[in-house]
Amino acid sequence: MKIVILAKPVPDATGQERLGPDLRLDRAAIPPVINGNDEYVLEAALRLRDAGADVSVTLLAMAGAFGPDALRKGLAMGADDAYLITDPALAGACALDTTRVLAAALRRLEFDLVLAGVDSSDGGGGIVPAGVAALMGLPYLSYASAIVPEGGRVRVRRISPTGYDLLEAAMPALVVGTQALGEPRYPTLRGIMGARSKTITTWSLADIGLDAAAIGGEPTTTRVRSVRSPEARGSVRVVREPATVAATQIVDFLVERRAI
Amino acid sequence: MPGTLWVIAETGADGRLARISAEVATLARGLGADAGRDVAGVVVAPPGIAAGAAEELAAFLPRVLAVEAPAAATSPAGVVIATAVARMVSGDPSACLLVGASSDGRDVAGFLAAMLGVGVLTNAAAITWDGGPIVEKGVFGGRLVTTSELAGGAGIVTVALGSVTAEAAPAVGRVEMVALPDGAPSGTPAADLPEAPPVTVLERVVEAAGAVQIEEAKIIVAGGRGMGSADGFRVADELATELGGAVAASRAAVDAGWIPYSRQVGQTGKVVKPEVYVALGISGAVQHKVGMQGASTIVAINTDSDAPIAEFADMFVIGNLFEIVPALVAELRARRT
Repeated sequence: MKIVILAKPVPDATGQERLGPDLRLDRAAIPPVINGNDEYVLEAALRLRDAGADVSVTLLAMAGAFGPDALRKGLAMGADDAYLITDPALAGACALDTTRVLAAALRRLEFDLVLAGVDSSDGGGGIVPAGVAALMGLPYLSYASAIVPEGGRVRVRRISPTGYDLLEAAMPALVVGTQALGEPRYPTLRGIMGARSKTITTWSLADIGLDAAAIGGEPTTTRVRSVRSPEARGSVRVVREPATVAATQIVDFLVERRAI
Repeated sequence: MPGTLWVIAETGADGRLARISAEVATLARGLGADAGRDVAGVVVAPPGIAAGAAEELAAFLPRVLAVEAPAAATSPAGVVIATAVARMVSGDPSACLLVGASSDGRDVAGFLAAMLGVGVLTNAAAITWDGGPIVEKGVFGGRLVTTSELAGGAGIVTVALGSVTAEAAPAVGRVEMVALPDGAPSGTPAADLPEAPPVTVLERVVEAAGAVQIEEAKIIVAGGRGMGSADGFRVADELATELGGAVAASRAAVDAGWIPYSRQVGQTGKVVKPEVYVALGISGAVQHKVGMQGASTIVAINTDSDAPIAEFADMFVIGNLFEIVPALVAELRARRT
């Protein structure tokens, strides 16, 4: 079974972001990592292989400025190879462009399952995978807490507001997974060493049959007008008192704020 | 009328209109008045549910279209809603579509963007109007706020929970039942898209822990690593009961298996916007902050005086939660009598 993971390089959440003159993220200025939610679906794919299934795992990433560094960790975790679509025209690509680019790249790969994380730690829109499924005519199974491929079909537990829905579709299919799939593994030393000899193929827009003039650059559908810091919350009231005194102060505070 | 503002509604497991849809409708009504645009709602749901939910939505909007879609009973809602809406709006390239940034709403927005070939702005915390929707949202865990627009003022916006307080319109709107032909609308990118094989819902399972929806709670008591064990969550339960709130958790507590994932607040869990958020033994990493910073009042109790949550709490109590919370419960009871 062939599994492709949509892995988004994002700025490290612990770092400081910088914005470029177009008010979009200056992605060259920050060391990238694989989006945390994408690591959960990578882990899910690797567990299928650990369980004895014949599984190949390919990472597919799109990035304007980021190089392949972010993908090395995924390869060290156990992915077999990676494809990176990178093109100067992709800087500032909107969600629709991103969707079109990923779909064009997937058409050049063989797969039974495409797995994606539920959203990204930078923009957090969570809309690209559904668009990719729509463009490619793939069954779309989202918010998965369990993914079970078997006999040409895939079953997914989709988290619902009150429990879960058990979904089923024929493969190839696109599944969006959540943290409930289970904690991603840390790369082992052997994995890190092994990752050095794994192949990261770089594709330009032309390589996947897209016209750079029609994608990215001047963003096609959305534009950032301005950026500011959020309003600061009021000053914090610090309490360091014995428990009963602290309890009284908390209740007084909640009453004062008309919160209870 | 061209340029209509559409509110795409969703229904809950109980078949009722979702809270977030009432909020989106309230927001859209205000935008419509500012922009001089028509505002209409659309409910796509199984027969027997669509009409009732549409009546509920009509409390907020002048006009609501109800589409009975049998497929919504046996397939995930996202693709069914998106296909119906794409057909309804395909003749109006200046339309603006607003939908909640919930699981189903995000699926709808993703499908519709590809089907209609339009732009999407996501997770709007606030929207104003200037030739089109102007959207404010927090990015990078709320460290920055961006203001963005759609090219040409048309496209899709997903709206975060709690953007406004739902408020009924002065007059109840009218509901129209609409029958839609099957298949993709012509004249849009959707007409050329390959048709996906179906996704079937085999079973819908209600779990006990899922019966409480933390997104709906006005008061949340959340526990983190400092709870120490599943047993430790008893004090959180007691406080939540006393306050009439719901118990939630940080990722650390969920990963430790002390409480189910459905209760997790944060980047990989749920985004909540209660009136009061009491954080017990939660350090306040940015991944947690992004899920709860919209709370009106944040009270944090932590033994670590350097915990990052001190930077965005309204009250930061340094001390042992297992001493303070029981005292707090006792104090609340004493004041009640």
